[in-house]
Amino acid sequence: MMLEREIVVVGAGPAGLSAALEAARTGARVLLVDENSKPGGQLFKQIHKFFGSKDHQAGVRGIDIGTQLLKDAEDLDIEVWLDAEVCGIFNQSDVWIVRNREHTVNVRAKRIILATGAVENAVNFPGWTLPGVMGAGAAQTMINLHRVLPGERFLMIGSGNVGVIVSYQLLQAGGDVKAVVEAAPRLGGYGVHTAKVRRAGVPFYTSHTVLEARGTDHVESATIVQLDESWKPIAGTEKDLDVDTICIAAGLTPLVELAFAAGCAPVYSPLLGGMVPLHDRSMRTSIPSIYIAGDISGVEEASTAMEEGRMAGLCAAHSLGYVDEDTYTYGFAAAEGRMLALRSGMFGQKRRDAKAAIIAYNEG
Amino acid sequence: MGIEIHEDLGLKITGAPSLEQLHESVCYQLPPEDRRALGAVIECIEGIPCNPCETSCPQGAIIVGNEITNLPVVDLDKCTGCGICVAACPGLAIYLKKYLFKEDLAYIAFPFEYVPLPTEGQTIDMVDRMGSVVCQGTVLRVVKIKKNDRTAVIHVSYPNECYEQVVNMKRLPAV
Repeated sequence: MMLEREIVVVGAGPAGLSAALEAARTGARVLLVDENSKPGGQLFKQIHKFFGSKDHQAGVRGIDIGTQLLKDAEDLDIEVWLDAEVCGIFNQSDVWIVRNREHTVNVRAKRIILATGAVENAVNFPGWTLPGVMGAGAAQTMINLHRVLPGERFLMIGSGNVGVIVSYQLLQAGGDVKAVVEAAPRLGGYGVHTAKVRRAGVPFYTSHTVLEARGTDHVESATIVQLDESWKPIAGTEKDLDVDTICIAAGLTPLVELAFAAGCAPVYSPLLGGMVPLHDRSMRTSIPSIYIAGDISGVEEASTAMEEGRMAGLCAAHSLGYVDEDTYTYGFAAAEGRMLALRSGMFGQKRRDAKAAIIAYNEG
Repeated sequence: MGIEIHEDLGLKITGAPSLEQLHESVCYQLPPEDRRALGAVIECIEGIPCNPCETSCPQGAIIVGNEITNLPVVDLDKCTGCGICVAACPGLAIYLKKYLFKEDLAYIAFPFEYVPLPTEGQTIDMVDRMGSVVCQGTVLRVVKIKKNDRTAVIHVSYPNECYEQVVNMKRLPAV
């Protein structure tokens, strides 16, 4: 059986929801699919207030942005399939979906928007397979979605925004964060995040890494060590920490399998997480019917993912003839302006350059 | 753009801005000792793309400007110490202070997102930017209003010899 839809959006996180909403507002018929039982992606564990300007919903907590997006999707009557895994894309248009782990449905789409997100990177060290070692995002899911504190005494590996935000939220959940270690000589996350974790009494160790986790059937302690200028452990600087949980926040890798299996051309962007589908300013890949948005196009944050989603949704709908030129031009410029604002300053400029390099490569 | 941060110690090493870094930054202004009203103090020295401090201020006393990565600057002549910015700042990087609350006590109102919350009249441990307890304070008021969206603002008096050092309170043990 082959169903037909105008636009199929894969992934109902911030990027996919925004893409579906933007496209549906133009009148396009949208199907939004997600493999999870609940939509929202990572938004519902973002219990902190977002940065940005009013246009980016700054000051609003991620959970509340998620709730609003879902309400908007309901108001617009967007068709949403949950527990729906997309297993492949054929002929640049046919989306193979397994629903409820039971049966296959094929949907022929005029446009496909991939908003599949990213997956946490692992760090390997002796003891890393012990229960109690987990991704920082996994710990965040446990505390903020399931309200389970996975341990009592935490070691955080990585000081990027994920590492420091999750450290803060572990403290809020009643955990004791014993240390945040960072292999680089400088901390990675926003200073306002590190400052609130530091004033809660959590020490940061730059140029340090985890050497080993010990325990019989779960983590009972960990050893950290200082690194020299060539990132080699310095003997004699080992420090034992009394922790039962180790969270790893060592970056994310875009989930690109569907795009590449469909034949989208890749490009390498180390700053944005590795291999990503080549795309243009409108978020269109090398396959004209396939667009991307959010972390699949380079790891950033929910705010940029939502803007990219709007961009992809608008452009996909426009390519189907749904938007008049004035609305399109205005909407495109506005979304691009909001994205550039988020990609500015000492943190954003590097991402802006990396994105520009992808687009230049695409054009060049 | 154009923001240089002194690298030797402080924010990117310890996690907390050092006093040197704060004093070098245009965003940080400690309300002078002779000021009578509370004044907003901002510790946001990196130029992140963010401006709710500016848009939330009913007095127009905080300016970020067109480039949202500019550092926020408080005009203490316009600031009434209302505290709206304290809960509006997503980075929890703003508090209110004044040097002389009464006798030798200073006053601070800071954002707090931990439970349990302190209660009025309670004696609490006050911490510096590194999380070290430097003195004790007395809770004057715990502001929990809907507009602040689950960020409590805690008003505390504390010895004014620790005026600049104190930025927040030590978390209370779970009940």
